[in-house]
Amino acid sequence: MSKAVVVKLWPATLLVAAGLVLWQVLVTVSGVRPQVLPSPLRVVEQGWAFRAQIWTNTMPTLQVTAVGFAVSLVLGWTLAIAVDFSPWLRRALTPLFVASQALPIIVIAPLVIIWFGFGLLPKVLVIALVTFFPVAVGLIEGFAATDRQAINLLRSMGASRWKVFRYVRLPGAMPRFFTALRTGITYAVTGAIFAEYVGATAGLGIFMNQQKSSFRTDLVLAAVLVTVVLTVVLFTLTYLVERLTIPWSRHG
Amino acid sequence: MAEIKLMVDGLVKAFGPELPVLDGVSFAVAPGEFVSLVGPSGCGKSTLFNVIAGLEPPDGGRVLVEGDDATGRVDPFAYMPQQDLLFPWRTVIDNAALGLEVAGVRRREARERAAELFEPFGLAGFERAHPRELSGGMRQRAALLRTVVQDRPVLLLDEPFGALDSLTRTDMQTWLDEVRARYDWTVLMITHDVREAIYLSDRVVVLAPRPTSVHREIAVDLPRPRDLDMITSARFAELEAELLDALRRRGSNRVG
Ligand SMILES: Nc1ncnc2c1ncn2[C@@H]1O[C@H](COP(=O)(O)OP(=O)(O)O)[C@@H](O)[C@H]1O
Ligand SMILES: [Mg+2]
Repeated sequence: MSKAVVVKLWPATLLVAAGLVLWQVLVTVSGVRPQVLPSPLRVVEQGWAFRAQIWTNTMPTLQVTAVGFAVSLVLGWTLAIAVDFSPWLRRALTPLFVASQALPIIVIAPLVIIWFGFGLLPKVLVIALVTFFPVAVGLIEGFAATDRQAINLLRSMGASRWKVFRYVRLPGAMPRFFTALRTGITYAVTGAIFAEYVGATAGLGIFMNQQKSSFRTDLVLAAVLVTVVLTVVLFTLTYLVERLTIPWSRHG
Repeated sequence: MAEIKLMVDGLVKAFGPELPVLDGVSFAVAPGEFVSLVGPSGCGKSTLFNVIAGLEPPDGGRVLVEGDDATGRVDPFAYMPQQDLLFPWRTVIDNAALGLEVAGVRRREARERAAELFEPFGLAGFERAHPRELSGGMRQRAALLRTVVQDRPVLLLDEPFGALDSLTRTDMQTWLDEVRARYDWTVLMITHDVREAIYLSDRVVVLAPRPTSVHREIAVDLPRPRDLDMITSARFAELEAELLDALRRRGSNRVG
């Protein structure tokens, strides 16, 4: 198993390593100023030097991401179940879901900050807004993809609409839910950074904004690196949760 | 016919004006009788099952069970659909006990009742396995177990062995004939296999092409219990010829 993981990961690792080497060589040979493009070694070096500051800014981002994504999950599940039970709600809400996704978040996020201030609420709202859609749609489609014959089988056993949901539609939708969860979680981190970038007292987003203003491109990229690591860790975590909750699933 | 367990009386069903499927289907099944339905592919066999099982409302006609109107009711029938539909998120025993659980039996008791059938169904030792660990024949037996454990008056089996290779299928047929005799089930089975129909049935109902109705009924007068030697007997060959002829005469030689 772990051997298989290594085999699967090594092309990506190789590509990243090659890219970093090329970047390092280019920066050294061209003599470009670090304010414009720092070398990868400098990014790591300076990131390490400022680790305390980066760490204190990582925690709020993580917190906002967690709360925002939790809100999004509760909302996504509630509405997806409601839509699955009510054709009327399905017709009423589906256009709104799509519209929520068409909102230009770059414009909406600053407004949300203006309306709700620098606290937790506006950031949670921004994250919920960007992650809610994949979660809800993944669930709705998962429920709807249930085999007609499976529903007939349950009905022949005398199952009510609720029991059909509980015994077949719900478990059957779980693989799709986890796929949606993975999409959502990557958006969640990006959403958090973005909300902070627009306005916050602490967090990786505002840290990047401040460092950019003082031309510390190396520290901006160090924070980006932390964001990437954060996302990859959360992403991997979803596989772990998937394997624990639905061990029967093919790739789980 | 002395007693009637299931009476199908003039069932009519169309999916819109363009697609009439059932055009007055009538036949009866006696208690403990095994009746097979054969007919051209797409003639409406599965639709007929769905209507009998109370899953689709008929446009006309009635379904009677032991003399009472059971049209639209699901509870007199245990239904085995064309695919085995064992759910991967449940162990074999929990799949088998699903019907009981849905009916409100407590999970432990449901499992106990299903467990009793694992031995005669050749599934002993696989209670805690997951469906993907079972062979094709075992999956069908598990699906059948899930059907019969519900203890409903009539079993409706839609091509139960359709997906199996011919060797496994023959094994399953001999096995089904044995357990059926032991438990005295009343069975209505769809099949596209003429030999299977003769081997297992007391009577074969031949359906016409869509929109379908009963074209012929052929009584299978082979002695019970059946055994594999009968397949090579002269009477079996006669019945097979008669059945194939009945199917052909309705303008289609595709059976399915
Ligand atoms: N729910 C449905 N809606 C519309 N058409 C259907 C439906 N179910 C079956 N049909 C159609 O009815 C006809 C008979 O189908 P079916 O009963 O599955 O045939 P068989 O089981 O004999 O092969 C087919 O033409 C099929 O496409
Ligand atoms: Mg069919």
